[in-house]
Amino acid sequence: MHMKNAAITVVAPTVFTVALFVLWEFACWLLALPQTVLPAPTAIWAAFRQFQNPIIENSLYTLWNTLAGFAIATAFGLLLGIAVGWHRAIYAAVYPVLIGFNSVPKVAVVPVLILWFGVGAVPAIITAFLISFFPIVVNVATGLATTEPELEDVLRALGASKLDIMRKVGIPRSLPYFFGSLKVAVTLAFVGAVVSETVGANRGIGFLMLSAQANFQVPLVFAGLMALAVEGIVLYAITAAIEMRFTGWAFRGQNR
Amino acid sequence: MTLSATAPVLVRLDRVTMHYGRGSTAIQAIDTVTLDIKKGEVIAVVGPSGCGKSSLMKLISGLHPASSGSVMVEDKPVKGPLKSVGMAFQASNLLPWRSVTDNVLLPMEIVQPHRSLIRRQRSKYKANAEALLAQVGLKGFTEKFPWQLSGGMQQRASICRALVHEPDILMLDEPFGALDAFTREELWCTLRDIQQARGVTVMLVTHDLREAVFLADTVYVMSNRPGKIVKVQTVDLPRPRDIEVTYTQPFQDLVHELRRYIGGQH
Ligand SMILES: Nc1ncnc2c1ncn2[C@@H]1O[C@H](COP(=O)(O)OP(=O)(O)OP(=O)(O)O)[C@@H](O)[C@H]1O
Ligand SMILES: [Mg+2]
Repeated sequence: MHMKNAAITVVAPTVFTVALFVLWEFACWLLALPQTVLPAPTAIWAAFRQFQNPIIENSLYTLWNTLAGFAIATAFGLLLGIAVGWHRAIYAAVYPVLIGFNSVPKVAVVPVLILWFGVGAVPAIITAFLISFFPIVVNVATGLATTEPELEDVLRALGASKLDIMRKVGIPRSLPYFFGSLKVAVTLAFVGAVVSETVGANRGIGFLMLSAQANFQVPLVFAGLMALAVEGIVLYAITAAIEMRFTGWAFRGQNR
Repeated sequence: MTLSATAPVLVRLDRVTMHYGRGSTAIQAIDTVTLDIKKGEVIAVVGPSGCGKSSLMKLISGLHPASSGSVMVEDKPVKGPLKSVGMAFQASNLLPWRSVTDNVLLPMEIVQPHRSLIRRQRSKYKANAEALLAQVGLKGFTEKFPWQLSGGMQQRASICRALVHEPDILMLDEPFGALDAFTREELWCTLRDIQQARGVTVMLVTHDLREAVFLADTVYVMSNRPGKIVKVQTVDLPRPRDIEVTYTQPFQDLVHELRRYIGGQH
């Protein structure tokens, strides 16, 4: 049973990923694609080795911006989600604005942010925040709103206040929704930070890729993309692990 | 223990009506209901679906106000949630992130004076909850999570949660509705024993006439919405009642008699 699980969770993704890269390498080789169109994985790896230091440095910078924006989004999203789930009036009041806001492409907001805050970390952090708080709000509010009315009656009949019900039932039961949304939010925050850097920045992986593109260093552009992908996977895995740790009860019956 | 004829009245409803909503779209759920529940009495409320049984519970527990008439508990008008009510429903509604014991202790974290005491005396409270769980046959399952229990066991735990703070009134809304017939009868006996041991007043809403007659001192039959009481049936079968009693003629006659009032022909 355990062996089978390991095969599914470790071997399957490894085989798939390796196969994908091998296929890619062969395709480039067979079709004799020029490096400026689609560099082969080996060429990307070579570019990575050559520019290792700037790639890592800029990646970390982007990572930092992402995490800063994500942290703000988490705190803000949690608070707003609780407020929205608290009362129907607050829900009715903020939802239209929230949805309108979420529909605005964040790329369009970046120039404004740069105008206000100048080129640097702040627009990237804010973009990361803006793009990632929405799913957190929606999920927390959903979790709160789905408290069983009968359970609420049980507690109200004991004289429980709204705050009691939130603390004992609403918030714990919305935690799986909350942590679930963090997985989505963290990857979105990452996208936000990179988008902002590609619009205007002087550091960061987005900036690095933009400069490489300007110099026709396509393998370097792809090396940057790879770095992004790896960081994205790591961030996702970390939040997923945190989710498992805090809300394992919500995954009951899947593995036990 | 048989209910004494001189037991004091705990709940008194006098010509009570109740509506959901206001104005022209209001739905009347209860229509001029007058009834008394004595301390230690077990009443059962039966009636067609949607007739206002759950509404009557909400009314007495103070979760929903009456539109007219008076609702008195211990000679005081009910203005808001009573705080001394234990409730259980058809769904056990246990919290999946808490162990069975911690689920049972939930009311203690809400009602005074336990609320202030429980943090310091958790182990004492825990022992009490475990003793209660043992009484309903859940010894050895106290540290399990609700989803590791069968439906019947979850329902036992849910009843413990409703009882743990020693409420004056236990309100059960179709508590055994989702269980199979054998488990249901087992739980009737559990409820019978625990009620007898504690002398708690019980209001039981059910669709099952046999259940009503087996458990109750008085059965109220309600009409279709808006719910009116169309029949009050005293059950004077001797207590303690054994499951065997359900196969006797007097029992069957009572069930038969009640059956006549359900179906809306009155
Ligand atoms: N929150 C509510 N808002 C508006 N109408 C309600 C509400 N709750 C119940 N009603 C209405 O009041 C009537 C009585 O409902 P109630 O839940 O008391 O019935 P019930 O006898 O418990 O039914 P069941 O046996 O199906 O549980 C129903 O017609 C229902 O439509
Ligand atoms: Mg009901």
